[in-house]
Amino acid sequence: MSDDALLDIRDLRVTYWGKSLLGFRGKAFDAVKGANLSIRPGQTLGLVGESGSGKSSIANAVLGLVPANGGTIRFGDVDLAAMKTRYPPDVRGQIQAVFQDPYSSLNPSMTVEDIVTEPLRVHTTMSRAERRTRAVELLGLVSLSEEHLERHPHQFSGGQRQRIAIASALALAPKLIVLDEPVSALDVSTQNQIINLLYERRDELGIAYLLIAHDLALVHHISDRIAVMYLGHIVEEGPSDRVYRAPAHPYTRALLDAVPVLDPDAQRRRRASRKAAPARETPRLAAQGCPYRNRCPFAMPRCEAQLPPDYPVDGGGTAACFLFEAPAGQGSARLRLVQA
Amino acid sequence: MLRLIVQRLLALIPLLFIVSVMTFSFTSLLPSDPVDLILGETGTQEQHEMLRERMGLNEPIVVRYVQWLGRAVQGDLGTSFFNSVSVSTALMQRLPVTLSLTLVSALIAVVVGVAAGIAAALRPRSLIDRLATVGATFGQAIPNFWFGLLLVAIFAVNLRWFPATGFSPLSASPVDWLRSVTLPAIALGLSSSAAIARQVRSAMVGVLQQDYIRAARAQGLSSRRVILKHALTNAMVPVVAVLSFQITVLLGGALIVEQVFAINGLGTLAIGAVRQQDIPMIQGLVLVMVGLVVVVQLATDVIYGLLNPKARPS
Repeated sequence: MSDDALLDIRDLRVTYWGKSLLGFRGKAFDAVKGANLSIRPGQTLGLVGESGSGKSSIANAVLGLVPANGGTIRFGDVDLAAMKTRYPPDVRGQIQAVFQDPYSSLNPSMTVEDIVTEPLRVHTTMSRAERRTRAVELLGLVSLSEEHLERHPHQFSGGQRQRIAIASALALAPKLIVLDEPVSALDVSTQNQIINLLYERRDELGIAYLLIAHDLALVHHISDRIAVMYLGHIVEEGPSDRVYRAPAHPYTRALLDAVPVLDPDAQRRRRASRKAAPARETPRLAAQGCPYRNRCPFAMPRCEAQLPPDYPVDGGGTAACFLFEAPAGQGSARLRLVQA
Repeated sequence: MLRLIVQRLLALIPLLFIVSVMTFSFTSLLPSDPVDLILGETGTQEQHEMLRERMGLNEPIVVRYVQWLGRAVQGDLGTSFFNSVSVSTALMQRLPVTLSLTLVSALIAVVVGVAAGIAAALRPRSLIDRLATVGATFGQAIPNFWFGLLLVAIFAVNLRWFPATGFSPLSASPVDWLRSVTLPAIALGLSSSAAIARQVRSAMVGVLQQDYIRAARAQGLSSRRVILKHALTNAMVPVVAVLSFQITVLLGGALIVEQVFAINGLGTLAIGAVRQQDIPMIQGLVLVMVGLVVVVQLATDVIYGLLNPKARPS
């Protein structure tokens, strides 16, 4: 899409294979079926979708934890998808990750100092003293202090643990951090602290985030762009505000409608429209056709036969839905028409 | 860490006291009279009385216990009823034999068990995993004496690579020692390596699914570092518990394997002592065995603390 992108994903496919009885490769399952995404330096892309939609598979593919089964993941000048083995050290240090559960993402047998400096030990030639100095610096970045260095993860709360994980991810001054549901395991009060912390560090250090979450409202606060995934497909992508305030794809609308509003009448109207939608749930569909067609209130015969390509949407971005096939401007009008 | 060791050492004192009381009273409660055992059917009533007096058997049991304990603390565990050999001397002669057999088999069990467990855990449900699981089942099911006989038949009688029986001390010739200890140690260590392999496999599979392993990989650490440093350190916590139990099992198993390979270790001594009701010898043997188990437990606790920060006293 854009040449100035830091990370540019084209037609990415991620496939998992089951195991047959003797341990040979069994049935194939496509978790990601041709995804396109792009992140610019210092920007945040929010990737939302329900569990099983393939958002974590994209994260794992970017991190090199699972191989891509097709497509490209361009990071700077290199194609990560083409690399069969581990990334070269200069690339490796530029992509780091923070995972969902801070209770299992920190090695319980290591001290905070060891955890935070582990990337430095592996990827740099810094001496022990230099690493310690850097560790204190990093803890400062996440509002922890030197006294915490000798402690072990079990002596910290969930929010503090996530801070330690963030400090470790910041250690090599990466250009991109993959945040895989970074706050969904935390208390609501702690969630905001961590989100604010991430927000501040991003603007300060110019890091780009690939933020994976299932809560669109939360993602909206921190993201520049939002991509919505459904069953391995990216069904909508666009500027954060546009996707949040004027969702185009019927699935995105349904996602936003799932958030209750503080108005009983509006809530009642929405419930009525939800009930009007077909309730057939068949998550594993045949390869062809729109992945959302069985739950979509606007499904047309051609949705069965053909996968809708990405159509441009008013206000920026794209939606993979035939409702937007008409030239920009008329698609949303048609959608409003169908709804009325 | 030092605090943990001191704590555990202090906890040993009441334990050893209880064990010594039990050892002493068990053998004193035996229906057979030591004087009858020594003199047999022969000997006059007077001789019996004299011996009884000389052995202090007329004293109350508490007095006898204190006297026995006083001597035991100084390393004097009494004299065998049957060949006038000092119990301590006999034990010290046999201890290195059984210890080297047990330690070598523990080493084999750990190396084979951990390696097989990791190999199986890295690819769950793969061919290697299935072979390891089947192998572990056989390993635990095969009795060590039968496996020992099988090893003798193949490697000693047919191939003549190792001696079929006997034991050469390490101090005399390390090579001969290794040759003499290899087959019995393999026979003894088989079931323990199977038990350890199972434990390592399940612990590793669990640890490898943890997010900190994913995080370590995402940070670009080599597989070797991820598996050996991050995963194994945490997977070893439950394994150490099994290992300490297995060493106790090995000590017991050594008694049987020693018979198969005609090795003069503690086992041979123990069987003779029990058959002849050689009470001082039995007491000494029990004390040594308990001492070994206690040392193993102490080591386990310390290793546990090193591996698992949560187990350290704070």
